[in-house]
Amino acid sequence: MTLDHLKPGEGGTITVVGGQGALRRRLLDMGLTPKTKIQVRKVAPMGDPIELFLRGYVLTIRAEDASNIEIEEVTR
Amino acid sequence: MSHLIALAGNQNCGKTTLFNALTGSNQHVGNFPGVTVEKKEGSIKKYKEAVLVDLPGIYSLSPYTAEEVVTRDFLVKEHPDAIINIVDATNLERNLYLTLQMMELNIPMILALNMMDEVRASGNTIHVKKLSERLGIPVIPISASKGEGIADLLDVVVKTIKQKKPTQKLDFCQGEVHRAIHSIAHIIEDHAEAAGYPTRFAATKLVEGDEPMFKALDLDMSDIHIIDHIVEQMEENLGTDREAALADMRYTYIEALCAECVVKHQETREQQRSEKIDRFLTHKYLGIPIFLLIMMTIFWLTFSVIGAPLQDLLSAWIDRFTAMLSNVLIAADVTPWLHSLIINGVCAGVGSVLSFLPIIVLLFFFLSLLEDSGYMARVAFVMDKLLRKIGLSGRSFVPMLIGFGCSVPAIMATRTLSSDRDRKMTIVLTPFMSCSAKLPIYGMITASFFPNHAALVMVSLYVLGIVVAILSGLLLKNTIFQGNSVPFVMELPAYRLPDAKSVLLHMWEKGKDFLHKAFTIIFIASIVIWFLQSFDWRLNMVADSANSILASIGSIIAPAFAPIGFNDWRASTALITGFTAKESVVSTLTILTGASSDAQLSAMLTQMFSPLSAFSFLAFTILYMPCVAAFAASKRELGSMKEALLTAAYQTLVAYLAALVIFQVGSLIF
Repeated sequence: MTLDHLKPGEGGTITVVGGQGALRRRLLDMGLTPKTKIQVRKVAPMGDPIELFLRGYVLTIRAEDASNIEIEEVTR
Repeated sequence: MSHLIALAGNQNCGKTTLFNALTGSNQHVGNFPGVTVEKKEGSIKKYKEAVLVDLPGIYSLSPYTAEEVVTRDFLVKEHPDAIINIVDATNLERNLYLTLQMMELNIPMILALNMMDEVRASGNTIHVKKLSERLGIPVIPISASKGEGIADLLDVVVKTIKQKKPTQKLDFCQGEVHRAIHSIAHIIEDHAEAAGYPTRFAATKLVEGDEPMFKALDLDMSDIHIIDHIVEQMEENLGTDREAALADMRYTYIEALCAECVVKHQETREQQRSEKIDRFLTHKYLGIPIFLLIMMTIFWLTFSVIGAPLQDLLSAWIDRFTAMLSNVLIAADVTPWLHSLIINGVCAGVGSVLSFLPIIVLLFFFLSLLEDSGYMARVAFVMDKLLRKIGLSGRSFVPMLIGFGCSVPAIMATRTLSSDRDRKMTIVLTPFMSCSAKLPIYGMITASFFPNHAALVMVSLYVLGIVVAILSGLLLKNTIFQGNSVPFVMELPAYRLPDAKSVLLHMWEKGKDFLHKAFTIIFIASIVIWFLQSFDWRLNMVADSANSILASIGSIIAPAFAPIGFNDWRASTALITGFTAKESVVSTLTILTGASSDAQLSAMLTQMFSPLSAFSFLAFTILYMPCVAAFAASKRELGSMKEALLTAAYQTLVAYLAALVIFQVGSLIF
């Protein structure tokens, strides 16, 4: 399952961060590394981007980019 | 001897507030060489021997963004005596990620643990002493906004500089990565030294696959092969790639460190409060209306309630000053041309632009409230989807919206955009948003040609500007601004009360910037236009501006406007004077037609234009190159005269094409 498929309130654990280049590096730098617990908090009014909660802070990324992030142990 | 101190940290961690607290108003703003990344420096208030440089807010030393590269280059090449690394104590885990990377640079470093008041107030604890021991650097708890701990911080900074003690070699790595870093360090030691990089930093960057570092070290092919082999081995053993391996390694170390040093029972009050505020501000249905309401209020306050009276007051002062000066000059019996130069040229030109100062300063007051409170990030979150299609992000929305008021602050506001590409594109597109100075032109033309459809014509002009901006954005995205945009991965910081001192300094800085433009580039442009308007080719002063150089230039270029519907020297001359300020189009047309009343002007205009060509004239007017003040702003923000000229040429071309389509298609229909 990828991160963009989670609904607001749902969370899980990151297994793989896909993609490449600047975007992927940025995601890794911002703390989206494997084994990190992450939660989807909200979806923007127009349906995109999404609001995430991880490592004690709030981050927003686009759904398209979230589809590169594999999630397991999804909690609803 | 003077010392150089670098201030580095993430965005939204209170870096600017600390910078202001340490330096006071004693600042100089410029750009880093070769890029349009802002560089602020100032001498420290209580330690004048030291110059503090505010580095851009970044999250990592990756090689991908201009800000990160500039920071790296600065730290490596300028050899600062110390780094003050400011971190947000309420969000230590992510903030320490940059810390670990900077510690590899072997520069003495001090960790300023900001927002400790918030940590304490929520009942959480950070074991400062333990954190300092583990990292091997001084850690000072502070609250930049309340001024707590600043004196302690400064004491430690001074002590650190005097001791010249570099950061301890902190070996955060282990296992496979450790092995790779150390074997590569061994190979590249000489190269790193020759290139001026700390070996450990260079080795880590090579393991990460950092292209600029490979180039900087100038390695032999055989060395590169060995390094590649080592990294491949590491990737194979870890089952992950090089970039992920290092990010994971750093975060693993930080997690362990935080588990030891941070006691967190709950989110801080500010974080809890932010979540509640966001229930409204980023609400599915309420989010956008609230945003529009906030912007409308800002516009209303800026342009009518507070701004307009101030603008009128300032205009009145300028007029009074001009009249006084005029009398003095007449009494001193100066030659008429000098009198005209000073009064009609400089005072009129600079004065009309200067009267915008209150509006610009006010807009920046509100913009810094939006930015510093954390709301600007929410606007980007809410509006991102709209701008994505034209290759921008939600961050560009506010500058573009400000463009409907005045292009000058709108262009100046692009400074906050984190990507160079987004900033440039926003600067090109913003002037298409019809600014308030163009309203008198719409008023004049609609009154003469479309008295019964004034509102419809006005709305269609605003829509035209937006449509052209969208099409233009699509075009630019697929041509000169091709390539990867900076990823939209943005922190939503907790809402905080803006720091009054920072807001005031920001207003002061922008006001100063605008005044500087008014007395340099606008000053010169006013004189040039005055000269062209007041003299004929034999350099005799003319009584009637119809005989001036400007009018003859107007006649020469007039035929160029025939395809878009008006071949009239008065129209083309008015467009040229529109460069000083858009309202001048109206005054020039009035003067050149010799009209003494609105009705007379109307009658003259109907001889010059058909309704269709009048509309085409309007379309050209809203789209063509902005006024000199906006041009000066775009030159400043683009950091290059050439790019500013190209931008103006592009805007004028787009205006011509749009008017051409309108007039030619219109001629077929009507």
